[in-house]
Amino acid sequence: MYGEEPLFGLLNRIGTPVEGHRPWPRYRLGRDGWLRLIEGLAGNGWSLLGLWGEPKAVHAAFREDFSGDVAVVSLDCPQGRFPSLSAVRPAANRLERAAHDLYGLVAERTTDPRPWLDHDAWGVRRPLSEQPAAPVPNPGPYTFLPVEGEGLHQIPVGPVHAGIIEPGHFRFTANGETVVRLEERLGYVHRGVEGLMQGRPVAEAARLAARISGDATVAHSLAFARAVEAALGIEVPARAVWLRALMAELERIANHLGDIGAICNDAAFAFMLAQTSQLRERVLRTADACFGHRLMMDRVIPGGVATDLPERGAGLLLELVAELRKRFPPLVAIYDGKASLQDRTVTTGFVSAELVTRFGAGGHVGRASGRDQDARRSPGYAPYDELTFEVPVLTEGDVNARVWVRIREVEQSLSLIEQIVARLPAISRGLDHPSVPLEAGRGGEGMALVESFRGEILTWVRLDGEGVVTRCHPRDPSWFQWPLLEAAIGGNIVADFPLCNKSFNCSYAGHDL
Amino acid sequence: MLKHILTSLTGGPVTEAAPAPADQALAELAGKLDKAAKARLGRSLSIREVDAGSCNGCELEIHALNNPIYDLERFGIRFVASPRHADVLLVTGPVARNMREALVRTWDATPGPKWLVACGDCAVSGGLFAGGYACVGPVEEVLPVDLRIPGCPPRPTDLLAGLLALLETSAAR
Ligand code: SF4
Repeated sequence: MYGEEPLFGLLNRIGTPVEGHRPWPRYRLGRDGWLRLIEGLAGNGWSLLGLWGEPKAVHAAFREDFSGDVAVVSLDCPQGRFPSLSAVRPAANRLERAAHDLYGLVAERTTDPRPWLDHDAWGVRRPLSEQPAAPVPNPGPYTFLPVEGEGLHQIPVGPVHAGIIEPGHFRFTANGETVVRLEERLGYVHRGVEGLMQGRPVAEAARLAARISGDATVAHSLAFARAVEAALGIEVPARAVWLRALMAELERIANHLGDIGAICNDAAFAFMLAQTSQLRERVLRTADACFGHRLMMDRVIPGGVATDLPERGAGLLLELVAELRKRFPPLVAIYDGKASLQDRTVTTGFVSAELVTRFGAGGHVGRASGRDQDARRSPGYAPYDELTFEVPVLTEGDVNARVWVRIREVEQSLSLIEQIVARLPAISRGLDHPSVPLEAGRGGEGMALVESFRGEILTWVRLDGEGVVTRCHPRDPSWFQWPLLEAAIGGNIVADFPLCNKSFNCSYAGHDL
Repeated sequence: MLKHILTSLTGGPVTEAAPAPADQALAELAGKLDKAAKARLGRSLSIREVDAGSCNGCELEIHALNNPIYDLERFGIRFVASPRHADVLLVTGPVARNMREALVRTWDATPGPKWLVACGDCAVSGGLFAGGYACVGPVEEVLPVDLRIPGCPPRPTDLLAGLLALLETSAAR
């Protein structure tokens, strides 16, 4: 409840600020302070932004939703143990399990201690801890939560699904057609991104950041770049800042168009996919012509951008906006007027406002259930403070609402692109410093919050004086959305799962890292 | 709605001309396909896509092959839902160790004659992920690879050129 102790009030009392953490403060807590924090978390409006480990420490980030204050808290855990946050913040559970699998940190009194990313296939345990261990003894098969009751049966699906889709395992328990429970098991595409980033110069780590989740490559690159720039206190050339926003909005439009079509396709309305996939292709080709890569991978780099807009770029972008303005609205009208589609999407896959708030879920998942949160606006970053846009919020919380949030976001992004093209600063392209200009001996810790098409990305980075990454944690929005998909499908029929799943479109790669 | 469908019907196809089959791919494939396979497949291929640790960038471009502009199906190439219906596995990603067993099982479930296409830099060489604890590296370390389509991700036209080469080679008498 608001009106209880403010975030900084509590942290100033129980912790000590750490030097060189930008732009938000980091507090070191003792074990007592951490326990006091857990007490404080039990009844207030602070949402969890992330939780990540190191060999002998655990960090968590919070935002006070009302004031927008953000802070990181850290606990040294020389014994490799820390009191779990999962009872008061269920969104912490999977992150704690990941920290355990990678760093060997044990969350005491957790709500669920099972492994998460470790599938017993790496040939090593706790690979990022100080002393990785051989994986003996074999822990045996993963235990799914028990389900008991008359007439229940289970449907295991994946990791290899029907269709061109990333791998993950879904365990449905159904009663006839109705799903009683869905349990996810993820981690199949764990590539060890955090481990690979360690010890790399920022330029190399940035290439890894661009490949955390290919559909959000611009957003993840931007989050990494901004975290590095915060750590080093670097100013980015104005034109580069605007070009970044341009790429981010193109990425948002392309993804939403693809997903809107795909959702309709799963409702057996293939016409829509045929249409929106043409529009998506049109966006990608414009991105290619403007930035030299269809997905704009490796175009946002720490310190600036890797390519500038060619001379004809502005014209191409305005043509694109004009064409989408003409061709998209009739498709929206069809979506809205088609009873067979509405029949499948309205009231399907409901997620309550309470649940999205509890999990701090962002993006279209949160905003379709009334959570009015967008990192472009709060905490906000340049150039969005100078641009006019609305953040669409609905309260129905169903597949239909998630589709509409995406439709409205496409419209907003089109307007944003127009505004950016009109106001793009002409000079100082950010190309003179393709990599970060480093001053000897300067390192630091930085954090960034960036709004991807699917929600808020948090990236935290620590650099040594040589500009080498010593620890980086990128937290994809999917971490806080995947658990809600389990809730969304409950009570629906099995055949509606593809619809629910597509309307979320959580990233497997971004989550598994 | 009706108006829209009419425009779609009368507007002519949006499909673009196909690229020529990739020369490099043709060379790589020459001799790999035996007679029995050629007789069996003719001019059609069924592809099962397997993500073995991709960032999903490759998947986005593979999806694009199905859009009306590239329209893969006009060549007799189509994506199928099960390895049991497939002639070709199209594999992406640096083979995450967590996916290795699933990949091998999918290959085992594919009836012969069958081919394996490594799609994207990750599948071809391991990409940026080679050498870590979590990935095996190139797909060929796990299964025999017949065709490599590099790129990060490969453009739809590159994918199409590679797959057409596979089709040409398998249909040649
Ligand atoms: S090749 Fe590139 S796009 Fe494809 S999976 Fe690897 S990193 Fe992603």
